[in-house]
Amino acid sequence: MSNIPDIDAKGATRKGRTGFVLTQSGRKVIWAWSFLALPIVFYSWIRFYPTLSAFWISFTDWDLLRPATFVGIANYQKLFADPIFWKVFGNTFAYLIIGTPISLLLSFTIAYFLDRVTFMHSFLRALYFLPFLTTAAAMAWVWRWFYQPIPIGVINGILSNLHIPAQQFLRSPAQALPSIMVTGIWAGLGFQIIIFMAGLRAIPSTYYEAARIDGLGEWAILRKITLPLLKPTTVFLVVFSSIGFLRIFDQVYNMTSNDPGGPLNSTKPLVMMIYQTAFSSFDMGYAAAQTVVLFMILLAVSLGQLFVLRNR
Amino acid sequence: MRKGFLLASLVAGVSFMALSSAQAVEIEYWQYVFETRVNAMDQLIANFEKANPDITVKQVTFPYADYQTKVIASQAGGNGPDVLQFFYGWLDKFQQGGVLQPLDSAMFPTDAIEADFFPIVSAIKRDGAYYGLPTAVRSLALFYNKKLLDEAGVQPPTTLDELIDVATKTTKTDGGGNITSEGLTMDMAGQDHQWWREVLVRQMGGEPYDADGNVAYDSDAGLKALNFYTDLQTVHKVGLTGFMDEGQAAFKAGLAAMTIDGTFRLGAFRPISDFEWGVVELPANAEGVRSNYASYFANGIGSSATGEKKAAAEKFLAYISSAEAMQVWLDVVGELPARREAALTEANLADPIFAPFLKGLEYAHTTTFVDEAAQRQGAIDMVNRVLLENQDPKASLDQAAAAEQAIIDAAKK
Repeated sequence: MSNIPDIDAKGATRKGRTGFVLTQSGRKVIWAWSFLALPIVFYSWIRFYPTLSAFWISFTDWDLLRPATFVGIANYQKLFADPIFWKVFGNTFAYLIIGTPISLLLSFTIAYFLDRVTFMHSFLRALYFLPFLTTAAAMAWVWRWFYQPIPIGVINGILSNLHIPAQQFLRSPAQALPSIMVTGIWAGLGFQIIIFMAGLRAIPSTYYEAARIDGLGEWAILRKITLPLLKPTTVFLVVFSSIGFLRIFDQVYNMTSNDPGGPLNSTKPLVMMIYQTAFSSFDMGYAAAQTVVLFMILLAVSLGQLFVLRNR
Repeated sequence: MRKGFLLASLVAGVSFMALSSAQAVEIEYWQYVFETRVNAMDQLIANFEKANPDITVKQVTFPYADYQTKVIASQAGGNGPDVLQFFYGWLDKFQQGGVLQPLDSAMFPTDAIEADFFPIVSAIKRDGAYYGLPTAVRSLALFYNKKLLDEAGVQPPTTLDELIDVATKTTKTDGGGNITSEGLTMDMAGQDHQWWREVLVRQMGGEPYDADGNVAYDSDAGLKALNFYTDLQTVHKVGLTGFMDEGQAAFKAGLAAMTIDGTFRLGAFRPISDFEWGVVELPANAEGVRSNYASYFANGIGSSATGEKKAAAEKFLAYISSAEAMQVWLDVVGELPARREAALTEANLADPIFAPFLKGLEYAHTTTFVDEAAQRQGAIDMVNRVLLENQDPKASLDQAAAAEQAIIDAAKK
């Protein structure tokens, strides 16, 4: 926050020393900064300041009521010794590692073929985009009822008609996480398809024509032209979707609200553990330590992906 | 909600202007949003203001999910309410945080409180001082679907053995062995964890907690109680956790013959038109031992109220915990009066629905929660480990006891 007036002052004095009147570019800089100042001040205040203070709180035992006392790394020691944290940590990565590739593969496949469909193209595209417009909570509740046991669960009803034993879905520690992930993938699909299609459209058709004249097969065209040229789009979606899965909350919370993150913590993501620690147990110091860990994970994953997918 | 808030402030503002010549004191009352509770409180405030023209009460409400956070945050910000409603289980947190001040024993004599209110009121007493008074209390009972019991030709159960028998006879399954209508709902996230903790453990001869508030259910009695509960699903197959999502939903849909729930569920069950339902006391064990779990929201005085505001807050608290106010609360909200004389009236005891709940209050226990959500979660997980992971019940019980003791220890620090 404090560096803004400094920069302003520098710009002005530097110009001021060379001549008494500001140069054209100097005025531009001042204008630009005065416009930028507001969002920067606002952002520093509502984003950067709380982020920094979270780091501080994570070293205290603050519980909202009593004054915080410094406890060193006690919260982090407690966190790393907590089996639930490791369970939740594993869940968070399960959402990421399974969710991101599947959703990207699906959305690319759909976008790739949808791009070639001319019959009712806009209608189909709208249909795929529709889930993205729906409130996550409403969607989660509909899926929650799909997964119910007999007599109300649609999926179990179908299984029963096919003489397949009823499945537990959300009630099973093994099936609950994949069941929720399906809704998460489905919810984000529409957005990813639209972005992929925009990426596909941006590839000049002359490349394809040239390739076809040279006698390249469809598979080779996909591998040599489409995928490499689609890389910026893919990078964006990988990062975007990864962050989305790392922060998954709505679907899990709404689909397991009787036993949040359950059964037996099998679906609980880190974000939900933070929420419960902070706003149910009011253990702000411990929650802040979890937040710092999540921040580090998000940072590491995003940087890692940018590094792997960078332009060589 | 915002509209209601605006309206409330407008009303408060107008009445403030009207009374400012008489040097009115304005006090703020906080509770969470629940339509009938807000309506009942509006009525009580109107009565109170009529009798005390020099005091105005402004009701402020928040959604339940945000309520504790709002109270705690307002305390941190130094502008808390003068009178506020709180769940008895939040007292330790609120007291330690200085949200509440103890009631003045000159205005609210301890022996009078203990003589007039149901004994469970002692859960909000700390170091000899009361931190609030309830208007209404809640207890548990067994709800049954008359239609399903009649179809099976059985009467509502009075003992645990009869409970299993009636549940077995009323359970319906399809060809694949899937339950299509439960005998007894199983919902640990609902009221079953209270039933297990305060009723079944005691009926099996144990105690859930010792005198110092430490976990004591890791005993033979606790194990018997856990086995009794999980056997309902695994051995007797009369219920299924997660059936119809929630026990109360299954009962409401007419797909469960019996469910254990509290007075607060009456409002949700009253509109049922497909079948008649009734209420009986929670089943006794073979020796006739009964128990119940009672809970309540109390009203306390905020620590920031001093001087004339404190005097006004005390007057208001005295009114909303009077027998007159309790009758209003019973009529509007449907919750049982917290004073014996207001509760145990002939009319109430003759009421087929209120009577079983009232009888339950006489032998009810209250759990001293330090972190209700986390402690309930422990009970849910204990049952899930047995039902979903086939863990040995003894091991699951010990694990639950250790986890809950850790929560209690952390709160005592």
